[in-house]
Amino acid sequence: FGGASIKPKERCIEKILVANRGEIACRIMRTAKRLGIQTVAVYSDADKDSLHVKSADEAVRIGPPSARLSYLSGATIMEAAARTGAQAIHPGYGFLSESSDFAQLCQDSGLSFIGPPASAIRDMGDKSASKRIMGAAGVPLVPGYHGHEQDIDHMKSEAEKIGYPIIIKPTHGGGGKGMRIVQSEKDFADSFLGAQREAAASFGVNTILLEKYITRPRHIEVQIFGDKHGNVLHLYERDCSVQRRHQKIIEEAPAPNISEKFRTNLGQAAVSAARAVGYYNAGTVEFIVDTESDQFYFMEMNTRLQVEHPVTEMIVGQDLVEWQIRVANGEPLPISQSEVPISGHAFEARIYAENVPKGFLPATGVLNHYRPVAVSPSVRVETGVEQGDIVSMHYDPMIAKLVVWGGNRGEALVKLKDCLSNFQVAGVPTNINFLQKLASHKEFAVGNVETHFIEHHRSDLFADESNPAAEEVAYKAVKHSAALVAACVSTIEHSAWNESNQGNLPSIWYSHPPFRVHHESKQTIELEWNNECKGTGSHLLSLYLIYQPDGSYLIQEGNDSPSLEVRVTRLGKCDFRVEEAGLSMNVSLATYLKEGYKHIHIWHGSEHHQFKQKVGIEFSEDEEGVQHRTSSETSSHPPGTIVAPMAGLVVKVLVENEAKVDQGQPVLVLEAMKMEHVVKAPSSGSIQDLKVKAGQQVSDGSALFRIKGIIT
Amino acid sequence: GTDSGPDPFRISRRLQKGFCVGVLPDGVDRNSEAFSSNSIAMEGILSELRSHIKKVLAGGGEEAVKRNRSRNKLLPRERIDRLLDPGSSFLELSQLAGHEMYEEPLPSGGIITGIGPIHGRLCMFMANDPTVKGGTYYPITIKKHLRAQEIAARCRLPCIYLVDSGGAYLPKQAEVFPDKENFGRVFYNESVMSSDGIPQIAIVLGSCTAGGAYIPAMADESVMVKGNGTIFLAGPPLVKAATGEEVTAEDLGGATVHCTVSGVSDYFAQDELHGLAIGRNIVKNLHMAAKQGMEGTFGSKTHEYKEPLYDINELRSIAPVDHRQQFDVRSIIARVIDGSEFDEFKKQYGTTLVTGFARIYGQTVGIIGNNGILFNESALKGAHFIELCSQRKIPLVFLQNITGFMVGSRAEANGIAKSGAKMVMAVSCAKVPKITIITGASFGAGNYAMCGRAYSPDFMFMWPNAKIGIMGGAQAAGVLTQIERATKKRKGVKWTEVEEEAFKNKTVDAYEREASPYFSTARLWDDGVIDPSDTRKVLGLCLSAASNRPLEDTRFGVFRM
Repeated sequence: FGGASIKPKERCIEKILVANRGEIACRIMRTAKRLGIQTVAVYSDADKDSLHVKSADEAVRIGPPSARLSYLSGATIMEAAARTGAQAIHPGYGFLSESSDFAQLCQDSGLSFIGPPASAIRDMGDKSASKRIMGAAGVPLVPGYHGHEQDIDHMKSEAEKIGYPIIIKPTHGGGGKGMRIVQSEKDFADSFLGAQREAAASFGVNTILLEKYITRPRHIEVQIFGDKHGNVLHLYERDCSVQRRHQKIIEEAPAPNISEKFRTNLGQAAVSAARAVGYYNAGTVEFIVDTESDQFYFMEMNTRLQVEHPVTEMIVGQDLVEWQIRVANGEPLPISQSEVPISGHAFEARIYAENVPKGFLPATGVLNHYRPVAVSPSVRVETGVEQGDIVSMHYDPMIAKLVVWGGNRGEALVKLKDCLSNFQVAGVPTNINFLQKLASHKEFAVGNVETHFIEHHRSDLFADESNPAAEEVAYKAVKHSAALVAACVSTIEHSAWNESNQGNLPSIWYSHPPFRVHHESKQTIELEWNNECKGTGSHLLSLYLIYQPDGSYLIQEGNDSPSLEVRVTRLGKCDFRVEEAGLSMNVSLATYLKEGYKHIHIWHGSEHHQFKQKVGIEFSEDEEGVQHRTSSETSSHPPGTIVAPMAGLVVKVLVENEAKVDQGQPVLVLEAMKMEHVVKAPSSGSIQDLKVKAGQQVSDGSALFRIKGIIT
Repeated sequence: GTDSGPDPFRISRRLQKGFCVGVLPDGVDRNSEAFSSNSIAMEGILSELRSHIKKVLAGGGEEAVKRNRSRNKLLPRERIDRLLDPGSSFLELSQLAGHEMYEEPLPSGGIITGIGPIHGRLCMFMANDPTVKGGTYYPITIKKHLRAQEIAARCRLPCIYLVDSGGAYLPKQAEVFPDKENFGRVFYNESVMSSDGIPQIAIVLGSCTAGGAYIPAMADESVMVKGNGTIFLAGPPLVKAATGEEVTAEDLGGATVHCTVSGVSDYFAQDELHGLAIGRNIVKNLHMAAKQGMEGTFGSKTHEYKEPLYDINELRSIAPVDHRQQFDVRSIIARVIDGSEFDEFKKQYGTTLVTGFARIYGQTVGIIGNNGILFNESALKGAHFIELCSQRKIPLVFLQNITGFMVGSRAEANGIAKSGAKMVMAVSCAKVPKITIITGASFGAGNYAMCGRAYSPDFMFMWPNAKIGIMGGAQAAGVLTQIERATKKRKGVKWTEVEEEAFKNKTVDAYEREASPYFSTARLWDDGVIDPSDTRKVLGLCLSAASNRPLEDTRFGVFRM
């Protein structure tokens, strides 16, 4: 920002309220801090102790966990800004970032909204309106119909003009709701009416637009930036084609396999788009690229800082949040289009708490172990969580963004794969293994990306049940990891006892190998393994560990497998150097207790596996097994009932039913344990309900007879 | 014993060479014939020992082990492994109990006993082996059980009973049931230890019938495993016979009945691993750490130690297989004590007995080792040293290799009996932990003076080359032949030389057989046969276990002066 000669028109921002949470809040605060700007966090009750709160100079509670009542509550956030004296609000992405009302509210309250003008947000928020504006500005649009005339016959003729296949979309809303692909004319009517109904139900507006459907599309977007002085430039493009559930998971910059001319055209189109709405601050113009025709078309403009903005930062060497703040301060853009540098290649992988085999469903839970890779000038980890935090159901389940940079795409990809294999998360299922598979795919390696990448390569990316050989190899790797787990767990336990017993027992009780008289000490470790790519239940792996005199372990999986000699050196709390058959490697372990199991994760090389070990004591008492038989079972008998004092044989019955007896008078004789036992009347009265007969077996506590008192 | 005696000039030479005072020299000539022949012989002896051990470790045979597994039950040593702190040591006792004692094999006497830590607290484990005769109690089973309890009582070790037994072995009821040191004594000991504040914990992992039922019933706390654990005075067949009642084992005395209705058991375990985990927790909650300090026990405060300077495995080559072969006991001492540092007491006096102070894994000990037969002076020296250690509360380690006291008119005239009596008196009365290792011969009154079984050492182990008996086979044969010849002569019966030779051989054979460490260890005359190279570790573990004993002052009896 060398523009010292230009005086800022507005007062400089000294305190920013970040109206967001998680990694983006942390990321914005980091830049703010570097610029000497104070930061205010807002938080819901669910985020009371979260990293973004700790990272801020001040933090204001804004409501209960529900986003609607906290992070989406503009009025509350305005109050927080007023209370803390913040002059500016950075909305991050999501939540209020694309609410023109909120931007307007800021403006009206004299607060600086770090983002585009409210009018631009509004213009770009309506898909039909934005396309109209863009079309007018000469930005290429997907052939389509965006008119008000919604009559079915008219729409049908428009569809024919575009040419099948076409896609039907509601003008409002998103997330794929109401969208339909129509392959031919005969399916049009049904699809159209269905889309209308769904749009009405979901968004309250049933207007529909038609577009050409692109079979092999790529998603390429251009980062643009404008200032309040009418300058607009672009910072090259990002390829965000690899998506699951219509959400990006790996992004890169620049886009692979495009020509310089294409890049320039794309950039110019994006700048024209921004100019068309009087844009300033950071924005992204999304294009859909038809890989068959090499045509690009405007899709939409995101009027915010995007999740994947770091890949752009990595190749242009600029801090976009700093630019945002400068622009909000009224400063001009620091460089001109021709001065925008470009160097190398960057990838971003989004690490989510999610259940990949269950259709990438979001997962929740505690981050029992969280160790992202070490950061460096070429590796960034954008995260808003720490070990022990909870990934809750209230918000987006993204754990972190891993951003790597390399001199070229190949270099960057090597780094990405390495970082993914060292990114340790345990406690919640994540997509790390899946990202690893994606990054390792041969088509990805050559940059053959497209939005249907995951579907097209499904059989490579998910366990293929039709390939037992591959499965065998995978299971072998699991067994190998289990052996390493056993050795490391044993080492941990061993040193744990040594430490906790210092000064209590002499160390010989915890020597390695443990002493046994005339035999080797052998330990059995049972590990359960769930094939996470298949719902086929768990495998139980029994590992036998024999302590060797030289301090190593001999490990066998099952009774007849060859044994593996493993030597473990503990480097840290969860880090080990493991040597086996002359090969040594780094191994990391994470363990935590959950639901009666000790969960153990292991990372070594590019392997990451997860096992469970039953913890004996964590059993919850199975109350079914312990049926409470009340000792007063006899109390269910009518009063005055005499029960058998023990199990035995009735030898003799000495009186008849209804007979009058005196207290202490023998009534019957039981035989048990070779002894005769005379049952006497406990009180005087008449014998009632005498049902037992000589020769009859009675059980302990069963009713023999009843005495009815004379007076009663 | 003059040739093994120290030569004052040699000492000064050593000092000149720059040896530290107290550091023992190597003392082993690796090029000697004895060294190589001993190592070869010991290798043979050890491989025989290992083959016996291998058999007993397999329990009651493949079939029984398989049946045990099919009931989701672990083997007794596996059960103990799961109770012990992970990766901790276990000092198993009398592995070869019952060895060749009965017509049928009785591996480990049907019960596994030993010492190991749970949550850092040493415990005595007594685990029935259900694969061996259904875990029933043979006479030797009881002897082994009682010995474990004796050690536990003496060393104040919490007792963990892993019960899985069909009770007394009925065909041998006369040797199992009625006598003082029979089955009833197990429960007596449980009660007395409990009253003494030594925790008694039973984990019922299998059947617990008749007498066996009292083991958990008498315990301070007991755990029962659902399905497998049963406790009853009489099993379903006997109940049916006695009362006609038909009932399943589980309904009669399963975990549910005893944990919810009868109150015979305190903890309900879902399965064996759960039961064992509960067992660990019980020990954790004993809260003995608070009451247990090093004050008032024999334990040394420091646990720091140096390893010996010389290779312990060389004990396998030092140990003489031929007991007539002399060797310096200091070469053993040098390999078992910390830093091989030995502060010898009365070195130049009574040289056939070596006495001195050392440390083993940091624990100060007084060591008494034989370097030949006991003379007047050696016995007096021994008594003196024992007195010293008793007063200073220093545990004693006896390294036995003794063929006896000196005999002959000169020795008798010098009062060898009187001197021997002094040493026996000192050994008997010393109220310090005593550990005896028989490294070679253990004959005659030498066995007594060197703290043989009758002198209640806290622990006693034999090397596999050792021999034990009232006298050597040859000597016994000589004495008995003389007597027999005299008897025959008196009766006028003619005794041919061939007959005499046969008689002699028979006696020698019988003595040899009975002097064998297997004969000894089978009958629990010791606590086990150990590999010489395990001696230091075993001593360390024993000393640690015995160091829990409360301090006592020693009062000696009347010494004949």
